[in-house]
Amino acid sequence: MGILNVITYIPLIGALVILFFVNRSNARMIRVLATATAVLDFLVSLWLWPNFDRAATGTKMWQFRETYDWIPSLGVKYDFGIDGISLLLILLTTFMGIIAVVSSYTAIHHREKEYYTLLLMLQTGMIGTFCALDFFLFYVFWEIMLVPMYFIIGIWGGARKLYAAIKFFLYTLAGSVLMLLSILALYFFNDGGIGFLNIKGLGNPGTFSVLQFHEIGHLIPPSLQFWIFLGFFFGFAIKVPMFPFHTWLPDAHVEAPTAGSIILAAVLLKMGTYGFVRFALPILPSATKQLLVPIVVLSLIGIVYGALVSLVQKDMKKLVAYSSVSHLGFVMLGMFALNPMGLRGSVLQMINHGISTGALFLLVGIIYERRHTRLIADYGGLAKQMPMYAALFLVAALSSMGLPALNGFIGEFTILLGAANSTAFGTMAYAVIAAIGIVLGAAYLLWLYQRVFWGPLDNPENANVPDVNRRELGLMLALIALMLWIGIYPKPLFDVLEKPVDYIVQKVEPTYFDKQPLTYPASPAATTEHREVAEK
Amino acid sequence: MAEALLLVVLLPALGALINGTRAFTNPHGPKNKTVTNAVALGATALSAIVATIGAVIPFVRSGTPFEHAYYTWIPAGIGHAGNFIASFAVDFAFRIDPLSCTMLMIVTWVGFLIHVYATGYMSHEKGYTRFFTYLNLFMFMMLLLVLGANYIVMFVGWEGVGLCSYLLIGFYYDKNFAADAGKKAFITNRIGDFGFILGIFLMFNTFGSATYSKVFALAATGGAAQYGGIATAICLLLFVGACGKSAQLPLYVWLPDAMAGPTPVSALIHAATMVTAGVYMVVRSNVLFRMAPDAMLVVAIVGALTAIFAASIGLAQNDIKKVLAYSTVSQLGYMFLAAGVGAFTAAIFHVMTHAFFKACLFLGAGSVIHGCGGEQDMRKMGGLRKYMPRTHWTMLVATIAIAGIPPLAGFFSKDEILANAYPHHFPIWILGVVTAGLTAFYMFRLYFMTFHGSYRGAEVEGIEESEPAHGGHNLIPDRRHLLDGDEHSDKAHGHHTHAHDPHESPWSMTGVLAILAVLSIVGGWVGIPAVLGGSHPTAFQRWLSPVLLPIGGEAYEFHEASVALEWTLMLISVAVAAFGIFLAWRFYKRDPLWSTPKRFAETFAPVHRLLENKYFVDELYNATVVGGTLALSRAMWWFDRWIVDGIVNAVRHLTVVLFGHGSWIFDRYIVDGAVNGVGWSARGGSMMFRRVQSGFVQNYALIMGGGVVLVAVVYLFMKP
Repeated sequence: MGILNVITYIPLIGALVILFFVNRSNARMIRVLATATAVLDFLVSLWLWPNFDRAATGTKMWQFRETYDWIPSLGVKYDFGIDGISLLLILLTTFMGIIAVVSSYTAIHHREKEYYTLLLMLQTGMIGTFCALDFFLFYVFWEIMLVPMYFIIGIWGGARKLYAAIKFFLYTLAGSVLMLLSILALYFFNDGGIGFLNIKGLGNPGTFSVLQFHEIGHLIPPSLQFWIFLGFFFGFAIKVPMFPFHTWLPDAHVEAPTAGSIILAAVLLKMGTYGFVRFALPILPSATKQLLVPIVVLSLIGIVYGALVSLVQKDMKKLVAYSSVSHLGFVMLGMFALNPMGLRGSVLQMINHGISTGALFLLVGIIYERRHTRLIADYGGLAKQMPMYAALFLVAALSSMGLPALNGFIGEFTILLGAANSTAFGTMAYAVIAAIGIVLGAAYLLWLYQRVFWGPLDNPENANVPDVNRRELGLMLALIALMLWIGIYPKPLFDVLEKPVDYIVQKVEPTYFDKQPLTYPASPAATTEHREVAEK
Repeated sequence: MAEALLLVVLLPALGALINGTRAFTNPHGPKNKTVTNAVALGATALSAIVATIGAVIPFVRSGTPFEHAYYTWIPAGIGHAGNFIASFAVDFAFRIDPLSCTMLMIVTWVGFLIHVYATGYMSHEKGYTRFFTYLNLFMFMMLLLVLGANYIVMFVGWEGVGLCSYLLIGFYYDKNFAADAGKKAFITNRIGDFGFILGIFLMFNTFGSATYSKVFALAATGGAAQYGGIATAICLLLFVGACGKSAQLPLYVWLPDAMAGPTPVSALIHAATMVTAGVYMVVRSNVLFRMAPDAMLVVAIVGALTAIFAASIGLAQNDIKKVLAYSTVSQLGYMFLAAGVGAFTAAIFHVMTHAFFKACLFLGAGSVIHGCGGEQDMRKMGGLRKYMPRTHWTMLVATIAIAGIPPLAGFFSKDEILANAYPHHFPIWILGVVTAGLTAFYMFRLYFMTFHGSYRGAEVEGIEESEPAHGGHNLIPDRRHLLDGDEHSDKAHGHHTHAHDPHESPWSMTGVLAILAVLSIVGGWVGIPAVLGGSHPTAFQRWLSPVLLPIGGEAYEFHEASVALEWTLMLISVAVAAFGIFLAWRFYKRDPLWSTPKRFAETFAPVHRLLENKYFVDELYNATVVGGTLALSRAMWWFDRWIVDGIVNAVRHLTVVLFGHGSWIFDRYIVDGAVNGVGWSARGGSMMFRRVQSGFVQNYALIMGGGVVLVAVVYLFMKP
C-alpha cells in the first residue's frame, strides 16, 4: 500500500469507523473522530511535499506510482500517480478537509453521524480523482464524488435544497456521460478503432492508461480530436463551471451548508479545470488549438459576466458564488494561453481560489450561524460590533480581489502575463478584457464590504452579535497564513509546477521553447557625471 | 546595504504588525498609548535613521547605484520577448539610486514628522492604535514603492498604499461619507492600475523583464528607432496608472473626497507622498518616455489641464481641506506638466518642495480645525492669527512658498518647470503661468479668510448654507459630516460649540509645523538656477542626472536659456503670483465684508455654481460610469435568471414530461429492487439512510440508474 492509497483511504476508513463504531447520540465523539481523521490525512499528505522530486521529467515525473491489474479483460488498471499539479491539489484537498470538518461543529445540528461520514467519503473521492492515472479509475472516483455532495446539499441544505441538489447532480451527470463517450473513443482508437465511424485504431492492447493516451494523442486525426474534445469539454466545463453552464453553481452554493460550499468551491470546481489540464490539453493538442478561441471567449464572458452579476447580488453567498464564475474564468484563460506563465498561473489560481473563496464561504457561514440571514441589506456597520470578524473578512476579500502580497495577485498576475504573452492568442486583447475583471472584482467586494461592515450599525438585531470565537479565529488565521505565504513566497509552488507545466506546453506547442534567449546589454553610462550604472 | 534596505522597509511593517496585533486582539478595550507611540514612532524613526545612515549616505559616498535581489518572487516561466525567449521572473529586489534616495528621504522623514504630529492630533481618538497600524503599514508599502527595483515590486507598493489610503479614508467607517470616499478611492485607483498592469505586460512582451536596469538598458541601447512605437503604448498605459494614483484628469475625483480621512492622513498620503507616486513612476520610466514624444505630450497636456482645472475649482471652495485638496491636484498637474516637457528633475524637485509646504499647509489646516473644535468651513473662522500664532506663522510661510515667491522653496521648483515649459510648448506655459496666478490667489484667500479679520465662529449659525445640496447615494463627502456630528471633532472637543474661543495646538503639532516651515523656506535652495547665482545644471539636476540615461548614445541635455529670457520668465511668474496675492488681499483682507467676491459670485452666478459644484464631474460619473455599470449588471442578472437558467429549467421540465410517465415502472422494479438488493443497505449501512426522505433516495437512485443504463448503451454502441 503506497502513500497515495493511504492518503486516499484514510478518510474512508475514518468514515467507516464513525459509521459502524460510534453511537449516533455521541455527537462529540463523531466530531472528534472526523477531525482526527482529517488532520491525520493532512499530516500524511504533507509527507509528499519533501519527498516529491521537483526535477523529475519524463515518466519519472509521475511519482509515487502504484499500478495493479483491476479488470484485465478490458485493460483497466488501478493506477495511481501524481505530478506537481495533482500534488498541489491533493494538499489543498486535505487542508480544506480540516477546515470543512471543523467549520461544521456548530453549523450541523442533526444527523451528525451521516454528515461527517459523507464529508469524509467525499474527501476520498476527491483525492482519488486527483491520483488516478487510469481513465476508468478516474471516472469511478469522479462519479463517487458526486454522491456524498448530493446528499450533503440535499439533506443539510437550505430551503430549496432538493432543487439545488438534483440540479447539481443531473447537470454534472449529463456532462460526465459525454466525457465517458470521449474516454471510450480514446480507448477504442488506441485499440481497434471505432467501427461505425470507420476510424482505424492503432491496434495497441486495450488500455485506459492516461499516460498512454498522452503518448498517442497527437496521432488522433484532428476531426476525431475535435469530437473527443467536445465530449471532455461538456464534462469539464459544467464542472468548472464555465458560462453558460454555471447556473447550477449559485443554487448549489446558496443551499449547501457552509462546509459543503467550502468543499464545493475549493475542490470540486477544480475537478473541471484539472480535467482540462490533465486530459484535454495534452491528449488533444490539435483540437485544443482549434477550439481555443470559443473557449477563451467563454472564459472572458465568464470573467466579466460573473463579476457584473456579483455586483448586484443581494445574498452574500450568491455573490461569492458568482465571483467564483469570474475567478474560474481566469483559470481557464490562463490555461488556454498555452504557455508556462498562463498554465502555472492557472494551476496556482486553482489553489488560490480554493483558499480565498473557501475563506469567504467560511466567513459567510460564521455570520449566518449567528443571524440566520445572508441578505446584505440586513447588515451594516458590523465593524463596530464584530471588529475581529471585520478584519478577517477584509483580508479574505483583499485576497480574493488580488491585492499584491496576497495569494490572489500571484495567480491573476501570472495568468494575465501569460495571456498577454500568448502566441496561441496572438493578441493582447484577451488580457485587456480579462483585466476588466480585476477592476470589477474590487468593485463588488468592496461594495459588499461597505454595506456589511461600514456605515452606522442601524439594525438593532446586529447590536449583540458576538465576535468570532477561538475555533473560527483559528480556522481563519490558518487560511490567512496560507494567503500570505503564497503571496510573499510562492516559489515553492512554482517549483513544483515547473516540469508538469513545461510538459504540457511541449505537448500542445512543441516549438514553444525553440528560440534564442534574450541577452541584456550593460546600462549606458549616465549623462553629466560618468557614473557606472551597471547592474550589480 | 542590502540588509539596511531590508531593515528600512521591514521596521514599519513590524510596527504595523505589533500595533495591529494589539488592536486586533483587544478591539474594544483600552490600549496603552505610550506603547502604541513607542512602537509606531520608534519604527518610523528607526526606519528613517537607517535609511539615512545605512543607505543614502553610503550611496552618496560611493556614487554607485545599488541593486539587490533578495529572492525570486514570481518565477512565472519562459515567455516570448519579440523573437527571443526570456525567463519571465520577478525578483523581490530593491534599488538605490539618486531618484529612490530622494524619495526615500522624503517618505521617511516627512512620514516621521507626520507620525509625531498625529500623536497630538489623534490623541482623543478611540481607534488610536488602529490608526497608527494603518499609518505604519502605509510607510511599509510606500517604501516598497520607491525602493523596488522593478515595476512589480513597485506595483505591490502601489496597490498597497492604495489599500492603506482606503483604510485611512474610511477610518471613521461608521460614517457613510467616509465609507463612500474610501471605496471610491480604491476603485478609481483600480481603474488606473488596469492601465498600469497592462503597461507592465507590454513591457514583458517587449523587453522580457520589468526590472528597471534591464528594461532601460535594452531600451536605451535600441533607441527610439527600435522601440519608439511600443514605448509610446507602454508609456500611455503606465500613465493611466499615474492618473489614478496621482489624481489627474479624468481620474482625480477620488482625491477631494479622500479628505474624509483624518487630517494627518491628508497630509501624509494625499499630499506629500502617495499621490506623488505617479510622478515618481513617470520620472523612473524617463528612458521610455523620452523615446515616446507623443506620450510625453499627452502627459504634459493632461498635467497642464489638471493644474488649471483643479485650481479653478479651488477658487470657490469654502472647506479649508477641500481648497488644499484641489490645490494638491493642481500641483500634481504641475509635476506632470514638468515631466511631460522633459523636465524630469524639475518634476521631482517639485515633488520634494511640495511635500514640505503642502504637508505644512495640511497640518496647519489640521491645527486650525483642531483649534476651532472641528470646524472646516473657512467662513466660520477668521482672525485666528491672534489665537494660534504658531500655526499662523508657519502656515503663512508655507502659503508664500506655494505661491512661488522667492526665495522660498516653491519658487525655485515652479520657476524651473515654467522655464522648461516655455521653449517646449507655449500654450502649456501659458496654462502654467495662469495656474500660478490662481494658486497664489486661492491660497492667500485661504490665508486671509482663516487668519485675518475677526473670528466668525460665534456668529455663524445664521450663515446661509451654500454648499450644494446632495441627494441620494451621493459619493461626495463634504462638511455635512460636521453637522451629523463628526467623530473627530466630537472626540476632541465635545461638540463644535462656539462658546470656546479657538486655541493653539500642542507642541507635538506646532513643532512639526515649524520644522516643515523651515524646510519650505530652505528646501528649494538645492535647485538655484545659474542666473540667480547657482550653477548650470543646478545642484539638484546634477544629483539626479545619473537616472537620465543616454538613449542611443545621445546624452540627456538640461535645458538652458539665455540670461535675458530666464530673467523675463522668472519676473513674469513672480509678477503673476504677486498679482494673485494682491487680489486676494484686496478681496478678502482690505474689505472685511468680502463684497467684491460676493458681487462676482452674483454677477457670474452660473460660473460660480459650476466652480462651487466642481463642474458637476462627480454627478456626471455617477450617472454614466457608476450608473451604467449597475444597469448593465442588473441586465446581466436578469439574463442569468430568466434566459440562461431558464433554458436549464426548461430542459428539465421537458425531460420530466417526456419520461415522467414511465418512471413509476422504473421506480418499482429497478430502483426498489436495486435498493433492496444491495446488501449494505439492508444491514449496517441502512441505519444511515433509513430515516432520510424516501423520495429523495428514489430520486437519486433514478438518476444513478439512468446513468448506468446510458453508459451501457454508449459502450455497446461504440464497440467496434
